[in-house]
This record gives sequence, C-alpha cells and structure tokens, in this order.
Amino acid sequence: MSLLSTTRRTVTRTASAILVAMGLTGAAHAEMDLSGETVEWVIPFSESGGSAKWANFYAPLLAEALPGEPTVVVKFMPGAGSTKGANWFASQAKADGKTIFGSSGSTQFPFLLGDPRVRYDYADWNVVLASGTGGVAYLPPDLAEKFDGDASGLKDIDFIYGSQGATRLDLVPLLAWEMLGLNVEPVFGIKGRGDGRLMFERGEANIDYQTSSSFLKGVMPLVEEGKAVPMMTWGALDEDGNIVRDPTFPDIRTFKEVCDVTPGCETKGERWEAWKAFFIAGFPAQKMVFLPKGATEEMIETYSNAFQKVHARDDFAEISKKRLGVYPQMTGDMAKATLKQGTQVPAEAKAFVINWLEERYGVTLK
Amino acid sequence: MDLLATALPALSEAFALILQPRQIMFLILGVLLGLSVGVFPGLGGIAGLSLVLPFIFGMEPVAGLALMVGLIAVIPTSDTFASVLMGIPGSSASQATVLDGFPLAKKGEAARALSAAFASSLFGGLLGATVLTFFILIARPLVLAFGLPEMLMITVLGLSMVAVLAGRVPLKGVAAACLGLMLGTIGEAAAGGSLRMSTYDTPYLMDGFKLVIVGLGIFAIPEIVALLRQDRAIARDATLGSGWFDGVRDWFANIWLSIRCSIIGVIVGVIPGLGGSVVDWIAYGHTVQSAKDKTGFGSGDIRGVIGPESSNNAKEGGGLVPTLIFGIPGSGSMAVFIGGMALLGYDAGPQLISNDLDITYTIVWSLALANVVGAGLCIALSGPIAKLTTIRFTLLAPFLFMMISFAAFQSRQSLGDLLALFGIGLLGILLRRFDWSRPAFLIGFVLADQAENYSNMAHQIASSKFRRSFEAGFDYIATPITLVLLAIIVVSVVVGIRQAKQILPEGAVETGAKRAPLIFLLCVTAYLCVAWYDAFTIRMMGDKIFPLTVSSVAIACCVAMLVQMMRAEETSPLFADREAGGEDANAPHGLWGTLAWFAMLLVLSALMGFILALAVFLVMFLRVRAGLSWGRTLFLSALGIGFMCLMAGVLNRDFPPGLLQGYADLPWPLT
Repeated sequence: MSLLSTTRRTVTRTASAILVAMGLTGAAHAEMDLSGETVEWVIPFSESGGSAKWANFYAPLLAEALPGEPTVVVKFMPGAGSTKGANWFASQAKADGKTIFGSSGSTQFPFLLGDPRVRYDYADWNVVLASGTGGVAYLPPDLAEKFDGDASGLKDIDFIYGSQGATRLDLVPLLAWEMLGLNVEPVFGIKGRGDGRLMFERGEANIDYQTSSSFLKGVMPLVEEGKAVPMMTWGALDEDGNIVRDPTFPDIRTFKEVCDVTPGCETKGERWEAWKAFFIAGFPAQKMVFLPKGATEEMIETYSNAFQKVHARDDFAEISKKRLGVYPQMTGDMAKATLKQGTQVPAEAKAFVINWLEERYGVTLK
Repeated sequence: MDLLATALPALSEAFALILQPRQIMFLILGVLLGLSVGVFPGLGGIAGLSLVLPFIFGMEPVAGLALMVGLIAVIPTSDTFASVLMGIPGSSASQATVLDGFPLAKKGEAARALSAAFASSLFGGLLGATVLTFFILIARPLVLAFGLPEMLMITVLGLSMVAVLAGRVPLKGVAAACLGLMLGTIGEAAAGGSLRMSTYDTPYLMDGFKLVIVGLGIFAIPEIVALLRQDRAIARDATLGSGWFDGVRDWFANIWLSIRCSIIGVIVGVIPGLGGSVVDWIAYGHTVQSAKDKTGFGSGDIRGVIGPESSNNAKEGGGLVPTLIFGIPGSGSMAVFIGGMALLGYDAGPQLISNDLDITYTIVWSLALANVVGAGLCIALSGPIAKLTTIRFTLLAPFLFMMISFAAFQSRQSLGDLLALFGIGLLGILLRRFDWSRPAFLIGFVLADQAENYSNMAHQIASSKFRRSFEAGFDYIATPITLVLLAIIVVSVVVGIRQAKQILPEGAVETGAKRAPLIFLLCVTAYLCVAWYDAFTIRMMGDKIFPLTVSSVAIACCVAMLVQMMRAEETSPLFADREAGGEDANAPHGLWGTLAWFAMLLVLSALMGFILALAVFLVMFLRVRAGLSWGRTLFLSALGIGFMCLMAGVLNRDFPPGLLQGYADLPWPLT
C-alpha cells in the first residue's frame, strides 16, 4: 500500500515538474523536423545489459514524440567497459541532430576515476534526459536476524559477495559495507548482477545488492519466500541534495540511517563524502541521453521537448513503473543539474577512492 | 501426479495459443528470417533478433513470442550449412560439426551430411522441449545445485575433450590447447582488470578476441585458402553422391546416439553460465568414445555430424531454463530474447513460471514447432544448396572473403577486426600446415574465460569456507555432482589418450623436412615465453596465476617436443608438414600468393574503406585469378556489393572507414 501511495506522489511530482518545464520552454525556439529521418541512439554496451533495456524502453516512445516521427534505432557499440563507445561519440559523432548517446554509471566512473582510456569529457555534451535508479542490499535470513539497524552484530561474519569489479558500480556497496565494519570479501569476475544474485541463491555468496528494477523483479520473490531479507537501500536524493528514503522502498532503511547508529561508521568526513559523491554519480544520475558537442539550441530543444512529451503520456507512469521502477526521469534544467552532480566529484573524494582501491584491492588505473 | 496436474492444463492452453493461423504465420516468418540470417557464417541470433526487436513493441504477446522464438530456434540449425559446406563454424553451436561434416562435403556427400544434421537437430529440439515441459517445474533446486565447483568441473570436462582431439602427437595437442587458452587470456582480466599482453594504447587487444573472429580465423580462412589453391570444386570430383534421403536414414540408424547427445545438450544447456560453447565438443567427444570403429572420425564419419547436431538444438531448449526461471540469459541471443519479452510485457524470472505457466509453455513449444518447420525447410533445401559444392571454388571464394570480413566486422566494427581476422587466419593456416590440432586450440580459446574465472572464484569461496571449518569447505567442493563429473573426466582422459592416435580430426598429414616445423615450434615457444613474462609482471595474484600456469605448461610441452625433435627421424609425426607432400604441396597455386589476395582486401579497406576496397578486390579477383570475361566480372562484383549494402542496411551496421574517409565526406555506404 505504502508503495502505491508513494508512487502516486512521485508521479504527481514529476508531472508537475514537467508542466513547469514545459511552460518555461514552450515558446522560445523552433523545432527541427525529422520526418523520414533515422535517429541513431548509440548505447556503449551490449544488447543484454540494463542500458539496453532502458534504451529499448524509450526508443519507440521517443520515435512517436519527436517531430516528424522519425525511426529511432538503438545501436550497440560495446567495448572497454563502455569507454569505447563514449570515445567514439566524443570524437566521431556528427552534431546533425540524428545521433544521440546513452551513457550509464559505468561510463561515469572511469571518467571520474581518471581511467587512462577515457578520451571524453561530459562538459562537451548536451544532456537531454537523465534517469535515476536506486540500489538495495540484502542478506540471507539467518544473518538478517543479527541485524537490527545497527550493523555491529554482523562484524564477525565472513561475507562473500559476487562482484563485477571494484572500479565499477560495485564500488558503492563495497565501500558502504566497509564503512559499517563488515568483513566482505568480493569474488571478482562475475558477468552481471544477475550472476551475483544466483551466487546468493546458491548460498555461495551471503551478501548482495541489486539495482531497484532487478531487486523488484528478482529478489522480491525470494523475500516473499523467506529466502532473503532486505538490509538497506542506498537511498535517494531530495531536492536539496540530502539522502532520504528511496521512494520505491519507503519501508527499507537507508545506508545513511544504518551508518548513523552503527558505532565506528560516520556520516561525515572524508570517507562519507567520497561514498556520497560516488553514490550520486552511480545511482540518482545513472543513465543519461546526450547530444554531441556542437549541437544547436534547436536540436537540444527538440529532444528535450520530445522526452517531456514521453513523460507526459497518460500511460507513462504505468509502463515505466514496470520497466524502469519509480525514479525521476528528468529533462531540461533538472537534467543539467543531475549531470553536474553525477560528473563532478570533489578532488578529495576522488583521491580517497583511488587510494582506497589501490590499498584495499590492489587496483591501479594507470 | 501433482506435476501432471499443474502441467497439463497449462500445456493445453499453450497449444491453443500456438496453434492458430496467425501465430503459426509469425512463427514461420521468424523461422524464415532466422534462416536467412543464420545461413551466413558469423551472423548469429543476436544480429537476427536485433533485426526484429524494433517491431516487437506493441505486438500481440503470443505473436511476438512466436516471431522471436522462431528466429532463435533455427539459428543453430541453419548455421550447419556453413559448417558442412564451407568448413566454416557458423556459430559456437556448430564448431564440432565442421570436423566430420566438411570432409563429407569434400567427398561429395554434402546433401547426406546436411540432412543427417537437420534430422538430428529436429529430433534434439523435440526431445529438448519434451523434457523441458516437465523439468521446468522442478528445475530450480537442480539448477541451484550447480555452484562454481560444479561449473568448473564441467569446464574441465570440456577441456578434457582435447585428449580425444589432440591428434597423433599428444604433446602437440596439449600445447595447441594451451595456446588457445593463452589467446583467450589476452586483454583485461575479468577478475582484477589487469592488462595481459595489451596496453591502454591498444584498445582493441584490451577487450580480447571474440569467438566469431577466432572461429573464422582458425577454421574458415585456412580451408578457404587451401581450397582456393586447388582451383576446383569443394566436392572433389564436382558431383554429388548420396542424397538427402540417405542422411535421414543415417540419423535413424544412429537414433540412440542422437538420444544420448540430445540429453547431454539439455543438461549442459540448463546450467547457467556455460552456454553453448562446450556442448558440441562434449557431444562430439562422447560420440567418438562410444563408437566401436573410430577410424573414420575426422575424415567424414556421419556420426560425427549426428552427435553434435543433436545436442546443439536440445541445448537451446535447455538454455531456456536459466533464462526463464532465473532471468539470467544463458547466451547472448537469450539476453536479447529477455529484452524482447520485456517489450511484450513479460519479465523472465521465477514469477513467470508460477503465474504465467501457459506463456512459458508457449515459448517452449513454439521452440519445438519452429524446430520442426526450420529443420523441415532445411532438409528440403539441403539438396539444392549442396550443389554449391560442385561450383568451381574460385568463383565462391571472393564472396566468402567478403562474407567473413563482414561477419568479423560485427564483432567490434573497427578495422582491427579485419586485422585480427587476418592474423588469426595466418595462425590457423600454420596450425593446419604443421598438424597442430585446431579443434584443441579452439576448445582452449572458448573455455579460457570460464576456466580462469570459475577456478579463481571457486578457490576464493572454498578458502573462505575452509577458514570457517574444514567440514564446510569440504562439503562445498566435494559434492556428489563434482565427484561424478571428476570420475567422468578421468575416464574420458584415459580413454581419450588411448584412442587419440587412431582419430585424426583433420586427416593424415605427410612429413617432410625438419626445418619448417622446427621454426614454427620455436616461434610458438617464443610467444609463450613473452606471455609468461608478461603474466609474471602482473601484480594481482588473481589475474596472474592462470596465464602463468597455463603458459608454464605450454612451455614445458614445447621444450619436451624440441628435445624429441632433436632425436626423431624426419618421418616422425612431429615433423608433419602439409607443404611436404600430398594435396597442398601439389596444388597449382602457392600458399602465400593466395593469402595475398585476402591481404589485399585488408590493405585496401584500410586505405579507402570496406565497400570501395571490396569493389576493387572483387573485380580484380574475378578478372585476374578466376579469368572471367569483363561482363561476368562486373556483373558478379555488382551483385556482391549490392548484397553487402543490403545486409548492412537491413542490419543497420556501418563499415569501418579507411584513410580516404578521413579526407573526404562520402555518402553511405562508402563512409
């Protein structure tokens, strides 16, 4: 019930935000006409990932909403953990209004960490859509009994976690658990978070996390069967940039709440700021759509309006809830603000994480 | 009984859903699309599914499912054409089919081999669906019983097939497999991200080589070049022997083999994370080991086609289990399939089985039905298509070069793809020439990733469990499943080694002078030493240990061979060299001259982009090498280029640009 009512609240909020945004942008510019054209939406991942799902969800809706109803094709360009596609977009894509790019947290993290492969700069690009998500950590029922909001009871457990790599989105949960004083050994080398969940189900891993949509789909049935218990969410950001409860999971504590009551874990200082910076880059600003460097105001306007039109559809709340979860889908200035949050971390946070990665996991990015 | 009570009503509902003219029509449409994509080597299910994905949104669910399932189901069936007719592994599902299927085509029995393969596919698919109907209800605990140690054991079982396929000199086979494993470790390590045999300045290598390119390079290029040197048809005397009916009869005569291999296919397919890469090798190994007379394998034994083909379609059915029950795709095409289901409003996962059992069964039985339609069509087509083997090969070769280059581009869409294809093709040619087992090499490559990851991960978890208590650790690694698998591995290695000498996966090879084989061995050893040193300098233990161990083993094998070579006579199989005598040595065209044609396509592509390069290449090849009249040359070239543009247009792929494109802005498809 609570889930439902929050959904309604969020939807109303998003809808009113859209109305405001439309009012602001409605009159000023002419839109480009894309009749008979083909728009290429480049996704720097393979056909099987979360970004593919997200783009496949939006593509047909976007096609209907763009002026002239062009064909929108999703083009997959996987490689080098998405830096290949991003480099391509930065150096090769033409600003003709027919090429757009979908980035994800995995594109942002190498950028933030100064990965030597990165040859792109987010400041060059023009954001037209930003989609957020959240994440939930969960435990097996026997261990969940030792956890009452204060993680001290879990300190003597040897945790095993199936991880895709410490420099990926997994950085956020790994750092969070370490801050709580948990002894989590990541088993690196799994291919996707689904494999991590399977390891948990097989009893090989005894702690795991999933992004919201996968949690709803894959872990909720386990929770109902009593095979898994949610531990905490990473939270969501309110308008002032504070971490609050995730609107999709209002009944689950956030990491911030857990950290506050767990001795030894602090919600201020260097570690916390570093965690928060990377959480923001990885989750509330996870997926974004860009036009390339040099795109005209007219093009940016056209796409922003088209995404607003998609969000204003009567059935948008319903179809997106199933496929994307209840998270803000932002355009215009809100998207710009999200981009800023997601692609700028304080130098100290960056230095802390780079140092931590090297000391704790022996990972260097050189 | 309970099981039946749940299954039967849903099953009849599913049939009511499927057996309607509209759904059948979409199914057949999917099958036709799948066939037309799958016939071309290297274009697997992912390309095909991506093709229909844009149209799925808004379709009626059962129709949409029928379309997608029809497409997926026929791909392991249709890729058999390339395997048998050209010796090109169409996809990972038909690697093993090449070993006996292609020699059969050379004997002029292509139609027989094809129809036996399709009959086996059909049967495998149907058996798979039947087993699945009931199994899917109880599969969850069973699938969960397969943890990392068990998956590691299955991977090792796959690797143990090297013993059967090693050829006359077991050491050479092991070295070839290790070389394949080492090739598979190139790039960013899955565990810690350390770079192996690559740097941040070589982004192409960082991602590692893709199976499409390695498969085409190791099998297709050496065969195409070898055939091209002969200047005749694939079927030795350009006539077709036994027809399609014989193939079906062959299958029926080996029905028990077909049943056993189908069951292997279902079981291995069910285990998430293994996918299709090992199934056909395990089935081939089983076929060889269970046969009484083994002398024909590798030179055209029909059983070598029936075994793997029965397993690979059954595997598709088995692969649905992890896909549907856990929402975890067993292969790339299954991943796209899940995406398509989501477009139709169904989420794969446990709730699908419990809430929408009828939809689940619709998927399972659409798959079976698509198998019937697809295999039926393929059998009907196998006679006419087999006629390709009677055409003068020089006329086919340029188009094959064109097709495999295009297929290779699908991997990364960069010029590096073509370069990698050429480099690995050269390696394949040398492996073939000096009789190093190419199947062993490919098995090594295919399993490198899994072997490394599963052993690292299983080791990490096991040591954590052992730290907790000895018992917990022991319980984790010594489960009944691992013990049984271990026993099977031991038996198959022992039996395999004893039999390997009789089985020549690639036919007999002459021996000749010592120098060339020695130089090749020294080059391989040198590479392995460099790779060993490279692994040695990696700091993270998890990324280091696997390449270090494998290259040590390989170097040991090479040194042992060097010592043997010093003592052995020139007639020893150690000095196998196809250029020393036999068909290759007496070919009317030289090896390097023939390869130079392909190199030309590569260099021209780098200069002026693929399509322009192709135009020049086709015209020159057909006119100069094939000696056609100008009229026919231009006609065939235009046909080839038109076809290429059509494919690229439909699949929405660009061609990698050359130097020219950096200077001039050209219209598509010249970009």
